Amino acid sequence: MELLSGADMLIRSLEDEGVDVIFGYPGGAALHIYDALFRQKAVEHILVRHEQAATHMADGYARATGKVGVVLVTSGPGATNTITGIATAYMDSIPMVVISGQVATHLIGGDAFQETDMVGVSRPIVKHSFLVKKSEDIASTIKKAFYIARTGRPGPVVVDVPKDITNPADLYEYQYPSSVKMRSYTPVLRGHAGQIKKATEEILNAKRPIVYAGGGVVQGNASELLRDLVHRLGCPVTNTLMGLGCIDGRDKQYLGMLGMHGTYEANNAMQNADLILAVGARFDDRVTNDPAKFCPGARIIHIDIDPASISKTVRADIPIVGPVVQVLTDMIEAVKQLNIEPDQAAQQAWWKQVDEWRAVDCLKIKPSDTELMKPQQVVEMLYKVTEGDAIVTSDVGQHQMFAALYYKYNRPRQWINSGGLGTMGFGLPAAMGAKMALPDENVVCVTGEGSIQMNIQELSTCKQYDLPIKIININNQALGMVKQWQDLHYEKRHSHSYMDSLPDFTKLVEAYGHVGIRVDRYEDLEDAMIECFKMKDKLVFMDIYVDPNEHVYPMQIAGKSINDMVLSKAEGS
Amino acid sequence: MRRIISILMENEAGALSRIVGLFSQRGYNIDSLTVAPTDDESLSRLTLTTVGDDSTIEQITKQLNKLVEVVKLVDLTEGAHLERELMLIKLKAVGAQRAELKRTADIFRGQIVDVTSTLYTIQLTGTSDKLDAFVEAVSGVPIVEVVRSGVSGLGRGEKVLSL
Repeated sequence: MELLSGADMLIRSLEDEGVDVIFGYPGGAALHIYDALFRQKAVEHILVRHEQAATHMADGYARATGKVGVVLVTSGPGATNTITGIATAYMDSIPMVVISGQVATHLIGGDAFQETDMVGVSRPIVKHSFLVKKSEDIASTIKKAFYIARTGRPGPVVVDVPKDITNPADLYEYQYPSSVKMRSYTPVLRGHAGQIKKATEEILNAKRPIVYAGGGVVQGNASELLRDLVHRLGCPVTNTLMGLGCIDGRDKQYLGMLGMHGTYEANNAMQNADLILAVGARFDDRVTNDPAKFCPGARIIHIDIDPASISKTVRADIPIVGPVVQVLTDMIEAVKQLNIEPDQAAQQAWWKQVDEWRAVDCLKIKPSDTELMKPQQVVEMLYKVTEGDAIVTSDVGQHQMFAALYYKYNRPRQWINSGGLGTMGFGLPAAMGAKMALPDENVVCVTGEGSIQMNIQELSTCKQYDLPIKIININNQALGMVKQWQDLHYEKRHSHSYMDSLPDFTKLVEAYGHVGIRVDRYEDLEDAMIECFKMKDKLVFMDIYVDPNEHVYPMQIAGKSINDMVLSKAEGS
Repeated sequence: MRRIISILMENEAGALSRIVGLFSQRGYNIDSLTVAPTDDESLSRLTLTTVGDDSTIEQITKQLNKLVEVVKLVDLTEGAHLERELMLIKLKAVGAQRAELKRTADIFRGQIVDVTSTLYTIQLTGTSDKLDAFVEAVSGVPIVEVVRSGVSGLGRGEKVLSL
């Protein structure tokens, strides 16, 4: 057997795990590990400018590929800077392994320089964490960390490695384990056959069924199966913010996104359905509005890998715990075998009703009463210019909702956003991670002048690693979503929602070595955007000034039913 | 409703903090908690009492089950079970009260385990209710100090929580 130091074992374990790229930032406690990185070629390291961005890059990489994203940082501030990114991944169930350096074992607990109890600090926002106590445990711990991160309901795993454990002077026998078995961790592999059959019967006998699909379908790689099932059932389907793309946005049965800023047709169809098939979705408060008033006439079938997601906010009538791929496969088989003829008259009546809601055309862009461009027009143009095929990441706020509503995603993993935690500063690094993974794709970050400044330093990383992503900065000179709520609920008192003293973004990106284009008039938008996407090898930052007073609609009325919503600013104020 | 949840978990550093952290993080209550290694040294058994309605308890058990170090758990209150708690109570015992306290301790099958000229320390085991009842019964006497172990429990008969 080979003899390796702890640091070399750590990097070799990553290689043996199939990791090709990691995102990180060096520091004292991680120096042995960084030295091991330097002496090998298999694992590429991307040097970020801030550890938070490293986690979002790993996250974007994971979301774009389905592989585990990997982060390497030092102890103390290096570790604590990853917290927002870990929490982001945790809320959206993204597989990630974060390796943090730690002060030497004998210093732990003594308030040493750059010491933080990383396992303790990260505890509520990780799927699991390890503090490695012996060098001999490194390989098996890394194996377990990746296994836990990607199986079951995926999530981030922290591996905290004290510096003495990676000492280059101490050599140990290295062998990467071929398998892992943990008596206390056994993800469910099959949904209950009886429940699946019962659920399928109920769906086929329903008069007003709807499929409500979320991020679990994307993360569980079950989009093809879901599309197959939905087409067999012939019923309406809606996606959560996290599920966008698992159904083709142009599909005739697709009603768009549901929830707080969901479409009129999706929210109304949910409220009036007699059966809801929830697949990999968790009845989040941004979907249900008041859970007590949620879809009163509907039987609820809930498929999820996580038993704790079932009946958490809304009680499921038929719970099915299992991997979506297996459950949907069996469900399609059950549809074929059961041979139940759907009630044609009921289906037609249901679709007639749904089409009436659709005819409201809730996303129609209202004509501007000023010279200013509407933010919706920017996303609409982006959809046109990229032919609906770009990978789109977003930050958080109004632009995120516009990017979710006005870009029709045609495939899973095409839409990447921080849905659960709502992390501003996510979009740029996530786009970088996606571009690292898929260099031939057009990767676009839709952002705003607020969010982009939360991780703008990564423009430097983009230069260093030649990442020609496109940044669409929808600039309304305000924290738009905050301002919208202040307009609606705080009598227009805009407490700290302005962005005064904005930088000249075009000059700023030029200083970082990229291209900046400013657009003020809608007439110039198309040409400018075409020019932007022509520059295939360059990072182009489009600073697009839009109407600062626009709101996101539709919008649910808080504390009411899912379909109690306002469709326009005129109606809202 | 009061529940007794019994958990078999990996006997590892950090496992306890994950369980306790889960309760504070998700806003659940812990009324009492006991933990110690089992006959199998790689496992610890933790018993906790909590209060919640059915849906809260369902969430608590599901969330606990998700913790990687939790091997198995059971809500003992779902079936017939044994429940014991130990209490040491130090009481002012002077004059006629000494005999009276001795009698009360006997009725509760308690033992006087430490004596000074003015104090009795009584050891008592039983359900939490029984310990409460004893405290109530001696309420005429000044209580100097009380320590309770928290509840431990087992399912009755064939019901076993093991690997």
